[in-house]
Amino acid sequence: MVSQLTRDERGSAMILCVILTLFGATLGLMGRDDVLGWHGALLALSGMVLLFVVMNKLYDPDPDPDRVTRYYDDPTKVGVIVSMMWLVFATFVGDWVAWLLVYPEATFDAGWSSFGRLRPVHTTGVIFGFGGNALIATSFHVLQRTSRARLAGSLAPWIVLIGFNLFCLLAVTGYMFGITASKEYAEPEWYADLFLVVIWVVYFVLYLRTLARRQEPHIYVANWYFLAFILVVAILHIINNLAVPVSLGHAKSYSLFSGVQDAMTQWWYGHNAVAFFLTSGFLGMLYYYLPRRAGRPIFSYRMSIISFWGITFLYMWAGSHHLHYTALPHWVQNLGMTFSIILVVPSWASAGHALLTLNGAWEKVRDDATLRFMFVAAVFYGLSTFEGSFMAIRPVNSLSHYTDWTVGHVHAGALGWVAMITFGTFYTLVPMLWNRERMYSSRLIEAHFWLALAGTVIYVFAMWNSGIVQGLMWRAYAENGTLAYSFIDSVDAMRPYYFARAVGGFLFFLGGVIGLYNIWMTTRMPTMEKPPVYDLPPVVEAEPAE
Amino acid sequence: MLDKHAKLERNALAFVFAIIFVASIGGIVEIAPLFTIDETVEEVEDMRVYTPLEVAGRNIYIREGCYACHSQMIRTLQDEVERYGPYSLAVESQYDHPMLWGSKRTGPDLARLGEKYSDAWHVAHLINPRDVVPSSVMPSYAWLQRNSLRYDDMGLHLAALRKVGVPYTDEMIASASHDTYGQARPDSERADEFLERYGEDSNVRLFDGDPGRVTEMDALVAYLQILGRLTDAAHQQANDQTEGD
Ligand code: HEM
Ligand code: HEM
Repeated sequence: MVSQLTRDERGSAMILCVILTLFGATLGLMGRDDVLGWHGALLALSGMVLLFVVMNKLYDPDPDPDRVTRYYDDPTKVGVIVSMMWLVFATFVGDWVAWLLVYPEATFDAGWSSFGRLRPVHTTGVIFGFGGNALIATSFHVLQRTSRARLAGSLAPWIVLIGFNLFCLLAVTGYMFGITASKEYAEPEWYADLFLVVIWVVYFVLYLRTLARRQEPHIYVANWYFLAFILVVAILHIINNLAVPVSLGHAKSYSLFSGVQDAMTQWWYGHNAVAFFLTSGFLGMLYYYLPRRAGRPIFSYRMSIISFWGITFLYMWAGSHHLHYTALPHWVQNLGMTFSIILVVPSWASAGHALLTLNGAWEKVRDDATLRFMFVAAVFYGLSTFEGSFMAIRPVNSLSHYTDWTVGHVHAGALGWVAMITFGTFYTLVPMLWNRERMYSSRLIEAHFWLALAGTVIYVFAMWNSGIVQGLMWRAYAENGTLAYSFIDSVDAMRPYYFARAVGGFLFFLGGVIGLYNIWMTTRMPTMEKPPVYDLPPVVEAEPAE
Repeated sequence: MLDKHAKLERNALAFVFAIIFVASIGGIVEIAPLFTIDETVEEVEDMRVYTPLEVAGRNIYIREGCYACHSQMIRTLQDEVERYGPYSLAVESQYDHPMLWGSKRTGPDLARLGEKYSDAWHVAHLINPRDVVPSSVMPSYAWLQRNSLRYDDMGLHLAALRKVGVPYTDEMIASASHDTYGQARPDSERADEFLERYGEDSNVRLFDGDPGRVTEMDALVAYLQILGRLTDAAHQQANDQTEGD
């Protein structure tokens, strides 16, 4: 890492490490009577470790001046590995949490290990740790190839990657200490939120500066999606997390909004975290790696435009479908429902687009598990968006809301779409990054594919069943006109489904472990004498496009 | 149209502004009016604020992630009203920063939990749910009874809440930590002062049954016992028909 930086850049890196250390130390001192102190210490320690790493290599020779004629892929390499590590960790926690609903005693007599604190560890770990790192890593890779330009800066990508992971670490350790703002998918507290804003600005500026260097006049579709991801996540993050801390020495803060307004802001955020974190960015991946792997061009340029603007416009209206029949004013609920239904159009356009791009390469889909991952991802994307639009219809939602049906929908999207597209992408990307002819083992990819698919199908079917059973039991009336079941009756009825879900989850987790091993072994394979040329090199010395 | 788009694709900054513009419309139309339209939140006379002990309890509810399994929002559906009580009104979470409506019912809704069970029931249930509900899947929270409550800084908490709009008085803020203690210690002088400030019908009890010290259990149970009881508005409206569509 460090040897790829010039001496000047190493100097700047050291200054940043010192700033991080001082920031952590200040936070730690101010929060010494509070759990905040631990987080201050964690940041200060991280700053010192990083400083040590840089100093250790400070006087190494300068990097090859030719580096500008190559793409800068070290951050992507690290991002891919870290992403897979988060996946293994967070699906482990997810499965633990799933078992806790079968055997509630299967934990320790301590706060950190109870269901309520581990659940956000799981959601943050998968969405931000696994998904976020995958997005950052692939966005750097795609951006450079489609622009035919090297990243604008060698230090900035590390700031983004390391900073983002520190944020995830603050988040996940925080929940276990009991630090949480309680807003779903936005649980980290004010100082972590501010920290992320800084990181995100660096990310955005790096993206724009690299785009400015591009040698292709047009910005490729994948980059539209990555840009939308970066921009809209920034807007959502800042607005939803507005809060007043108890003091600068307290981790705890109080949300600026309350009640209805808070609920609407939260679900405007929540639904669009789905849209711009779990959808937009991953569509960016799909639009680049699927055509490459299939060896076929994107089916239709016009269709890309329609889906892109459709998704960017419509999603932002749909958040209120999380609040049907609540104290939120009716007109907002109805708007949310309407736009959610229309949303199926651009969503299916994207999913259909992916399948049409594959049309003509079906024999590859059959033989190549990597491409099959992407194919299945597109199918689950179509399925979960159709399901989502369906669940957004008020009477349907009256049954599905608050039940496991929502959880089933979430994981159809998360396992079937987000995770599968990422696996397909990584298996395409890893040999390119490390200049290998292929992955270490194609049989392990095959095994991973079947474990992931089986796990997903078991999970989703179990939750559809449990959700619908739950929903029906809650509203069932006995002949004498009273409610037929007590709440605990519905809890008892969930047992077999929760058991099945935990088993399915374990298969999925196992697939992830195999994936990490396979990727790791690929990086250990001997470098080939004549590695294949995957990409046209960056164009240097020409004038920038703008 | 396609030509125009081809131009847009050549200009990164224009593309950025186009995304921001297109993505902002939905939020602006749906969220901004909620802050101005009077109808969003009903006006009621008897709405009261959380006491400091209840605030501390609410923070424990958040810390432990209770909201991940319990909602606090009864929808306007017949079966929910029959199971849990009158449907929730906007005003009832007016002082909830943040709201805890929840999105999943692994356990039942808690919006009208207050005074449904005794304090002793809650303590037993939190220490080991399966002692009182044999097939419950809820985690045990035994450490709440072991941990003393930190309340020396409750004044800061109330002050921060005032900044975001909860009408605490200067006096309430100044005596917040005394009031925390007073509410959990019926025999103390501070209990009387607390009642003067927050009204005679506030709960002053040994919530955790242990006269030794103020524990996290005291705070959480005090909070649970006030759920749905900050105002009577929902019950007054209860005769209204349940919406159906
Ligand atoms: C057309 C697209 C989609 C629509 C209209 C849609 C709609 C919905 C609806 C109606 C709910 C249930 C809200 C409730 O009753 O509480 C929901 C929940 C959820 N959806 Fe989707 N969905 C879509 C696509 C996706 C995709 C692709 C994912 C990817 C992972 C996803 C992830 C989630 C998550 C995480 C939740 C749970 C939120 C929570 O309660 O914590 N959705 N969605
Ligand atoms: C081994 C695989 C997995 C297992 C066993 C698992 C298990 C669970 C469990 C038990 C819950 C809590 C549900 C509840 O409260 O009733 C949950 C929630 C959630 N998981 Fe997973 N999960 C897995 C993988 C993933 C992945 C890969 C993602 C995302 C990329 C994900 C995203 C989520 C989300 C967003 C929620 C919150 C749902 C909601 O609030 O409605 N999970 N998961």
